[in-house]
Amino acid sequence: MTMENKVRIMVVDDEEIVRASLSAWLEEDGYHVEAVESGRKALSLLHGKKWDLMLVDLKMPGMDGLQLMEEVHKILPEMLVIIMTAHATVDTAVKAMKKGAYDYFVKPFNPDEISMTIRKIVDHRKLVQENLFLRKELKKQFRLRDMISKNEKMLEIFELARTVAKSGSTVLIQGESGTGKELLARAIHDESPRADAPFISVSCASLTESLLESELFGHEKGAFTGAAVLKRGKLELAQDGTLFLDEIGDISLKLQMDLLRVLEQREFRRVGGSELISISSRIIAATNRDLAAAIEEGKFRADLYYRLNVISIRIPPLRERKEDVPLLVDHFIEKFNIEMGKEIRGVSETAMRILVDHDWPGNARELRNVIERAMVVAKGNVVTEPDVSLPSSASGPDQRGKSLEEIEKAHIRLVLGENQWNIVRSAQALGIDRVTLYNKIKKFGLKKEGPPPKE
Amino acid sequence: MGEVDPGTLHWLRNEMADCLQATVRTMPSMPVPPGSFEARRNQYSSTRILKEMLGEVPQDAFKLLGVTDMDLCIPILTYVFGEAQLGGTAAVVSLARLRQEFYGAAPDRPLFLSRTRKECLHELGHTFGLIHCKSRDCVMSLSNTVVDVDTKGRDFCGQCRAVVSSETGRGRRE
Repeated sequence: MTMENKVRIMVVDDEEIVRASLSAWLEEDGYHVEAVESGRKALSLLHGKKWDLMLVDLKMPGMDGLQLMEEVHKILPEMLVIIMTAHATVDTAVKAMKKGAYDYFVKPFNPDEISMTIRKIVDHRKLVQENLFLRKELKKQFRLRDMISKNEKMLEIFELARTVAKSGSTVLIQGESGTGKELLARAIHDESPRADAPFISVSCASLTESLLESELFGHEKGAFTGAAVLKRGKLELAQDGTLFLDEIGDISLKLQMDLLRVLEQREFRRVGGSELISISSRIIAATNRDLAAAIEEGKFRADLYYRLNVISIRIPPLRERKEDVPLLVDHFIEKFNIEMGKEIRGVSETAMRILVDHDWPGNARELRNVIERAMVVAKGNVVTEPDVSLPSSASGPDQRGKSLEEIEKAHIRLVLGENQWNIVRSAQALGIDRVTLYNKIKKFGLKKEGPPPKE
Repeated sequence: MGEVDPGTLHWLRNEMADCLQATVRTMPSMPVPPGSFEARRNQYSSTRILKEMLGEVPQDAFKLLGVTDMDLCIPILTYVFGEAQLGGTAAVVSLARLRQEFYGAAPDRPLFLSRTRKECLHELGHTFGLIHCKSRDCVMSLSNTVVDVDTKGRDFCGQCRAVVSSETGRGRRE
């Protein structure tokens, strides 16, 4: 067993001779042992170091063994504590076990008894570690860079993304807010031969038309008032890399036109400039809008849409892949443990049920925020029900509305989605006939989401 | 320590010299330290005996092995076959529980000598810095009962032997 792998045992006993002899005996068995004389010292040793087992004397001046065990379990609920005592009574033994002791030894104990108990603990610990390792290995299969999923559709997307990454094709990513469109774009970039070149992200919705124009194309010195120096645009900065245009559905018709020209001719001019600059970056665009509908409404150019939509990826919302909630919860906990320096081991069963049942209008991003907050307020090393704070379903970002009609519309859309737009099954689930359902679909202008038909 | 059969000691000295490839000398008997007696348990504290022994290590000795007929214990264990300073100088072995008579059986001298040899090598092994070996064929494997002693190997395994050889080599140079 290497030093790092050594099982670490803490002995707490007020008698020096007990500490010395027990430590020596355990050390001969290859364990790392530290012995202290009081509960207070034991608690101070608990921080910063990992312990596998505590052997605690029941009768000690000040804090006794059971009090110490209670304090320890407040910080580390899973710590294995063996209570040792010279004055055995059935009462104290029962009390110790009830309070969560792993075992109860009467001093002096049989060497075989303690050897076997510790061996059992060590074997159990090995199994736990092995299990953790295997789970991590398994997780790798469900990963694409920072994205993680068990959902069949998502795994297909991961596969597609890996294939697409090798090419230079333009990609259009669609999906609700918080589903991870930028993460997917980054993953495609990281998996591509362009990984060493920059990944430049532009949020198109956050800028006014003229600002976005200069942000994308850059400008020459003196191109307009305030343009004191030459500025390179994101298109130029992303040379050989990837340019990610987020919320592409929000750009003006004029910019759509400019962008279309860039995509067609693979070159552009800085604002106020005459020099033609060719582009070598791959474009990935994303939107949470229904672009097909925007085209119908005349808000989005069909030709730009088809230019962008060479490869189309639609990320399903979290409510359509509930099996990912526990996986994502573990993933975020692991991530925030590192960031916050915490040792949260997971969420309680009740808390997990609440998380799985939630609708997640804000998708994985909302889940991440909820976990982050829960980990900040969690008192022990397990996130429990009170730590999880969820907005009531009507106040999420994708509000279903409050009028009866809005609720009806949202509910019909939900049921249709659940039944893959199978009208017969949806009508059955809603308890109405097919004609009524058709009428309601028409009335509410509901449309099947997904990749629009190719030209 | 205290009264021990000279024949056993003589045999043991030859066995240790042979197995460890070292010069082994028998010291005159020293009394079992009176402070080590645990009246309530009618046993002797091996930890206290070890402490006393450390003051008796001759200048030219690399290791000191105490052999006693007294039943040994440490405060938290009902008994021990012996105790050693891990990576230190001294070790002590009790012969009391290695005899078949202790368990109400007929005396069996060859078995007793075999157990004595194993436990002495085992405790000395600890003074060479060895911890319990996973291999049941190795004399350094953990033995809490005489059954464990009887079923484990009589010598060091390859890895443990290598540590012992390098340590005894160092002892000779010093």
